[in-house]
Amino acid sequence: MAIFDEELRALKEKILKLGSLVETAIHMSVQSLVDRNSDLAREIIKKDHQLNALDVEIDEECIRLIALRQPKARDLRFITIAMKITTDLERMGDLAVNVAERALELNDEPQLKPYIDIPRMAEITEGMVRDSLDALVRECTNLPYEVIKRDNEVDQLTVQVFNELLLYMIQDPATISRAMRITYVAKYLERIADHATNIAEMVIYLCQGKMIRHTEIQGNE
Amino acid sequence: MVNDKSIFTINDFSIYYGNFKAVNNIKLPIEANKITAIIGPSGCGKTTLLRSLNRMNDLITTSRVEGQVLFQGVDIYHKDTDVIELRRRVGMVFQKPNPFPSSVYENVAYGPKLKGIKKKSQLDEIVENALVRADLWKEVRDKLNESGLSLSGGQMQRLCIARSLAQEPEVILFDEPTSALDPISTANIENLLQQLQKTVTIIIVTHNMQQAARISEYTAFMYLGEMIEFGETDTIFVNPHNKLTEEYITGRFG
Repeated sequence: MAIFDEELRALKEKILKLGSLVETAIHMSVQSLVDRNSDLAREIIKKDHQLNALDVEIDEECIRLIALRQPKARDLRFITIAMKITTDLERMGDLAVNVAERALELNDEPQLKPYIDIPRMAEITEGMVRDSLDALVRECTNLPYEVIKRDNEVDQLTVQVFNELLLYMIQDPATISRAMRITYVAKYLERIADHATNIAEMVIYLCQGKMIRHTEIQGNE
Repeated sequence: MVNDKSIFTINDFSIYYGNFKAVNNIKLPIEANKITAIIGPSGCGKTTLLRSLNRMNDLITTSRVEGQVLFQGVDIYHKDTDVIELRRRVGMVFQKPNPFPSSVYENVAYGPKLKGIKKKSQLDEIVENALVRADLWKEVRDKLNESGLSLSGGQMQRLCIARSLAQEPEVILFDEPTSALDPISTANIENLLQQLQKTVTIIIVTHNMQQAARISEYTAFMYLGEMIEFGETDTIFVNPHNKLTEEYITGRFG
């Protein structure tokens, strides 16, 4: 069974590798917007295929392990959440690409306003992604619950960004195309935070064997 | 988990071989018309426990028991128990198919004849009915007078099941019934067990954990004579609560 343990370890490493590529992509995409660095944005878009390839590789490995090793109990829970986590990570990568695409468009026009809330959102969101993966590494800790709680902050900031940009658009319709794009960026970050929340929920499933998705959790138990 | 659906209720039950305590203070309910699997490493006491349910271990002179095994609410270790009748009501099928060295027909008719049924037409009916229920009738209807030992391994095992069914048991105990069979015969027996549970309660000891996962409703995990964990098979294989169970079913034992 030592071979199986080795395979599980390798699978986990692949997820973490994908996770670190995703974290970098998210960070750089927001940077490309804030620093108005279009070269950086193009680089992220160009590199997305690496994430996609790794996602497929992880899925195939999970299917292989289910077929050949007939995993049970925690092993079974780990492999099934690995398949779901990789999908979440891949979607986060796509959203980072979307941020980069909006950055490219926004960087071509004069800056509408200083970016304040977007970097704050990005910071929380990146932290959630990092901690959700950290929770997967360290397993049974309180960390996944903390990640889930932070999702609310991101949701609130999204509303705040939207309301602020709405004022710009009402006052001056010429700002609409830029304001809309910034709203999109906020929405993308908010979606990334949702995916990080999914990962945290799956880590809880791995550790405790209970699904807390679509339930109201009252902090840690 | 003891409820009124339990056909067997095992209470604080221990089995000794001389001074050796092979089964230690076990509690276990067996639900009627369900398949309960008992798993655990060699020497954990699972076969000993199984054999105690129709008092097969009485045959080992050094063995003695403590505690209770209630079958339909009655303690089978009570001094007034009719052991022959108990073994009719609680049949057993073993690891290695063991038909009698007689014809297919005689193998199945043996029990009913002992019970005093003599009428040919009645015996014919019992034999056919038991062979149909054991999913063997179609294969042997034309060779009822051939030796039971001339059948294939899987057929012999189903013949043993038919022999047991002819006694109209309420429970059949299976002690690794497929470990000597190829995968196709194994699948046949597993399908058969799932059919039979509608009318007969099944308790199966198996080394094949996938088999327990495939066919059973409840799984009991034993280790060193103790009942470590008992629960719904889904729970045992997806989210066992005990660390030892987890280690055993994921193959990381010891």
